[in-house]
This record gives sequence, C-alpha cells and structure tokens, in this order.
Amino acid sequence: MNKRIIVECLTHNYETRCALDNISFTVASGEVFCLLGPNGSGKSTLFKILSTLISPTSGNVEILGFDLNTQKKAIRKLVGVVFQHPGLDTKLTVNENLRHQGHLYGLNGKNLNNRIVELLDRFDIADRRNDRVEELSGGLKRRVALVKALLHKPSVLLLDEPSSGLDIGIRNQLSQYLKELAIKENIPALLTSHLLDEAEGCNRVGILDKGRLVAIGTPDQLKSEIGGDVVILESEDYKALSHAIEDRFDVQVVSTDDGLRIESANAHEFVRDVVTAFPAKIKTARFGKPTLADVFIKMTGNPFD
Amino acid sequence: MLSVLLPIRTIWWREVIRFFRQRSRLFSAIAQPLIFWILIGSGLEASFQPTGTSYKQGYTEYFYPGIVVLVLLFTAVFATISVVNERREGFLQNVLVAPVPRWGIVLGQTLGGITLALLQGVLLLVIAPLMGITIGVMSFLATFGVMILIAFGLTNLGLLIAWRMDSTQGFHAIMNLILIPIWLLSGAFFPITGVPGWLAWVMKLNPITYGLAAFRHSLYLDSQIMFVELPTLMISILVCSVFSLLTYLGAVLTASTQQI
Repeated sequence: MNKRIIVECLTHNYETRCALDNISFTVASGEVFCLLGPNGSGKSTLFKILSTLISPTSGNVEILGFDLNTQKKAIRKLVGVVFQHPGLDTKLTVNENLRHQGHLYGLNGKNLNNRIVELLDRFDIADRRNDRVEELSGGLKRRVALVKALLHKPSVLLLDEPSSGLDIGIRNQLSQYLKELAIKENIPALLTSHLLDEAEGCNRVGILDKGRLVAIGTPDQLKSEIGGDVVILESEDYKALSHAIEDRFDVQVVSTDDGLRIESANAHEFVRDVVTAFPAKIKTARFGKPTLADVFIKMTGNPFD
Repeated sequence: MLSVLLPIRTIWWREVIRFFRQRSRLFSAIAQPLIFWILIGSGLEASFQPTGTSYKQGYTEYFYPGIVVLVLLFTAVFATISVVNERREGFLQNVLVAPVPRWGIVLGQTLGGITLALLQGVLLLVIAPLMGITIGVMSFLATFGVMILIAFGLTNLGLLIAWRMDSTQGFHAIMNLILIPIWLLSGAFFPITGVPGWLAWVMKLNPITYGLAAFRHSLYLDSQIMFVELPTLMISILVCSVFSLLTYLGAVLTASTQQI
C-alpha cells in the first residue's frame, strides 16, 4: 500500500450549509498534492478535518492506515501541520517556540536541541534563533512555522496556504523544498492554495469549488483536458460580442476579468475568423496554452478568483 | 501518563514566561485591585464599620482579603483571556493538533494561571502585617494553600468561558456580568450578616463565598481569631475543592467538544 492519505466520500455540513460534498481522493507517499480553490471553496474545512481539529459529518479518512474518526491520537503523532497563521508565540524567542513545540511532541534535551539546530540551519535562520518572534518578518515567521512542523520528523505533512504572504522567489523555493522532502522522506504532503502558480509546482492538483472536487490530476493532465488553446478577446461591449460569437460560431464563451474566453482546437484560425467577422467589436485578441485557471473555468463555468 | 508531563510542563512554563514579558499585564493585575483597595478602603473606613462580625475591624482590614481574592480573580482572567487571543492568532490550533490529551492542555493552562495568581497573592500578603495581622508559619501555609485552591477554581472557571469565546470583547462582557458580581457577593465587599434574606441566599450559594471564608480563617490562624458567622474552615475548603474539581472537569469537557 503506497497510498498514504485516503479520503472517501467525505461530507461536512455547518448546520444547514454544505461545506464539503462527497469528496474522495488519495495522496501517495513521495507526492505533493495541492488542493486548489478560491476562497469559500471548502479548502479550510477540509484542512481542519485532515488536521484532526474537527470531525466530518460523514465519510472516511485514513492517514497512514489510521482511521481519522477513531484514531486521532495515533494520527496526531505522525502528522506535521503548518497553519495559515504561523501560530507562533510572538513574545517568545524562535528557540523558545521550537522547544515548546518539541515538548508537545515528547522531544526533549539534546535530541530536541540537535533537531532545532539542524532545521534552523537548513532553513537559513540559525542566526535568528534567540530573537523574539515579534521581531521577525512575515517570511521568516513562515520559515519558523515550517521548522516547527518538521521537528518531530512527521510521516505526513499538511500545509494550509503555506505561501500566502511570501514573495514569489521564496514561494518557489518552498515548493521545491517540499517536493524534495516528500521524495527523500517518502511521505505524502498535502497543501491548500488559492495560487495557480503554486499549484502548477505540485505533483498533483485537486480543484475544489463550492465544496465539490471538480477535477483531479497532474497539472499537465488537467490542462490537456482543454482541447487545444485558449483565446482571450477584449472588447468595448462584452455582452453584444459574446452573443454575436455564440450565434455565429459553435463555441462556448465565458466572460472573465481578462475578457471573453473561448477554447479552441485551432486557435490561430479561430482568431483570424472572429476578427474578420467582428472587426469593429474586438479591441485585442490573443491566444495561448491553457493554464489551471482555464481548467477551473471549464469545470465550473466561473472565473477563478 | 508520564508522557503527558512534558507537554503540561511546557504549556505551564509558557504561560509564566509570557506574563513576565508583558509588563502591562503584570501592572494591571496587581495595581488595579491595590488602587481599588486604597481608595475604597480609605473612603469607607471613616463612615462604615462592618457589623455583625465576631471580630471588630476597620473597613480597610475587612476589605483586604477581598482584594487578595480580586487579584487572584484578575490574574486568572488575564491568564485565560490569552486563550481567546491564541485561538484567533492560530497558536491554539497548533497545540490542539499535537498528541496531547485535552485534559493535559487545560491542566497546563490552569497551572500557569495558578502560578501567576500565587506570585501576586504572596506579594500582597506582605501588606498584612502592616495592618496588624500576624502572619506566622501556620497562617502563611494555610493562606498559601487556600490561594492555590481559589486560583485553581477561578482559572478553570475562566477557561471554561474562554474556550467558548471567539472575541475578547465577549469575554469582558462575561467578566462584568458574572465574574465581578460573584466576587462582590462573596463577602469581599460586605459581610453576609444583616443583608436581606434573598441576598444572603445568593451569597450562600456563591462558591467564592467559601473561598473567601477559607481565606479569612487562614489569614487569622496565628492571631487566633475565630469567625463564627462564616462557614467553618473545613466546610469552606470542601466546597472550594468541589468547585475547583467541577470547573476543571467543565473546562476539559468544553475543550474536548469545542469546534475550532
């Protein structure tokens, strides 16, 4: 059994509102899996369930063979969690925060100290060890939070929006590091994100919308589901243009922040035809390879925001 | 079982460290009641003398044990308010996903609250001899023990409320609505003797009344003064213990069932 996180038919309701609707997926060891979704898609609820903070209304979750509903204690020992808020005590130093965390997981003395030194070195923050957390920048706090989650050598990693507030350079570094770690330690890593470029960097992506898992696969697989390229048209009057195109061509037009969006197998020919047909109505026309945002639009009919 | 000791210790230790790094907290927990005591005590000293008490004392001296309990209450409240903030800031979530049973987390938090309350309570005991109260070994040990018991109950009561709260404003409302009244009606401010019947009943049902009675008995042990109108020391300690145990169980139950 290689699969390490197994989610089956997971449903969660807050009173009458359905936050998660029959979700199933698996995350294998050595793999970084991204739950991609806009705000309100149910990511946080799913994360809270996986990290044992709340119990689902129905469905099964198995983490490393342990049942989440009945074996929370065993799971807690094995999982390393990074929450969206770094969750550090700002009045304590980096070292004190890490010692506190280590003690919660039963680490102590020399072992704990060596582990702290090792991880601080690896994340390049050894020189901040005795600084109060309130003196650190947002990016540094995140690194400390990550060190904190790794202290007890977890067998599963869960990260909630790990890169929010990080600039793109550090974001790429983090995603690279996670991939290496997942392979080296042969552990499954699951992260949630609302950032497309972050999802692109993961091994597999599950797209979540309004509590439903609408697509799942590698970023390339997902993008290949779009037959060809994506055309974006800008106009003065989107509504009229949209209707005109749908009347004239056999295509589906979706209105997004960028402009009208149309999938096309032969984009270069379609662009030529559409510009010839409505020269006065189109301001700019461009086309390109689909992104995960396009996959989201295809699956949900709504723009990704 | 033994493996829980390390997490409990570290949660306790953190509460204490935090406290010393927040000067304003240190100041407000002890200075506020002290100012209260000096102003109200001196103000009422001239006009009022508690009646019906077996030991004749001025108002300042009567009010003193009440102020010590108020300091314990404030410290317990400040210690538990941090739970509300920690939940908002995400610190608590990190503790909750760690392999530590809920009763251990609550116990660590309570021990932190008790330690802080005791530090300040002992500091206040220094004032007692200035009022002519004899503090010998017996009185010191007894008051120390009673303060632990009161602080344990009050911190648990605070935690029981704090674990349900998602804003500190809500906590302040509860504090004004519940915590301050139970302190006012504990015999801290006026004795139970001579109050209207309904109020006497409220005071008799108030667990803090017994905490304060135990404290008064203990404080005057070396002076060999008896307060016959108060519940006896044994009964007071018994009621306090039951109260502490129930609030602790309540806090653990809340912590176990609360959805974060």
